[in-house]
Amino acid sequence: MSENKAVQQTKTEQAKAQSGSETFIRPDVDIYEDATGITLKADLPGVSRERLDVQVDNDTLTISGEAAIDMPEGMEPIYADINTTHYRRSFTLSKELDLDQISAELKNGELTLRLPKRAEVQPRKIEVKAA
Amino acid sequence: MAFLSTTDLFDQFGRIQRDLDALFGTLPIGIRAMAAGSYPPFNIGSTPKQVDVYVFAAGMDPQKLDVSLEQNLLTIAGERVSEPPEGVQIYRSERFSGQFKRVLALPEDIDPDKVNASYKDGVLHITIQRKEELQSRKIEVKA
Repeated sequence: MSENKAVQQTKTEQAKAQSGSETFIRPDVDIYEDATGITLKADLPGVSRERLDVQVDNDTLTISGEAAIDMPEGMEPIYADINTTHYRRSFTLSKELDLDQISAELKNGELTLRLPKRAEVQPRKIEVKAA
Repeated sequence: MAFLSTTDLFDQFGRIQRDLDALFGTLPIGIRAMAAGSYPPFNIGSTPKQVDVYVFAAGMDPQKLDVSLEQNLLTIAGERVSEPPEGVQIYRSERFSGQFKRVLALPEDIDPDKVNASYKDGVLHITIQRKEELQSRKIEVKA
């Protein structure tokens, strides 16, 4: 009985996801590279640490988040630039990045991801000895 | 559950925005209305008691946000510095950088003396109370 219920619930959730009513904000990003890695900055206003999700699946990096906005009861919209509370954007990563060493920091809705290159592909300074 | 209602409300925002967009082609728009895509984006909502403005401006120093209200015109100005370090290879630079200023026309019955502003998770939330004398009152009908 309880199993049936669980299955049904899953179906409802799937139907919700497939209904197409879900829209996402594609967050603006800055991406730059230096000798030791790549830095990605994303604007996710309204997203707290608890509602942020950064995932790496094979070579795909996905940033998703939910904005939580305090609203008084019974509020009616007058004007809106932002029409959804969901953020999502994905990136394909390249092999020289060390996926185990990715670090993330979120401050004032600004996400900073650091994707370091593998140690073996980092440039090495070769010392030239005097003869 | 409270969160679900948030999403519903934003869906409502979306519907109203689409309705407004459909109307803009034929109806006159506010003289101070700015083109979509201006930075920072904002939402305005209202209840009989107050008007709430949400400004989506991530990565700001709250000290550098300048909010002022003159009659029913709310001005939000500030500067966001997000320059990458020197010497890096830049692949994308989509995020807003520089000075910004937006002027929003609010309903006429707000009380400019009762304003509250807070900045959390990159959203500036401004609450302005409406003037009490204009709030509708329930009138009791006596037998």
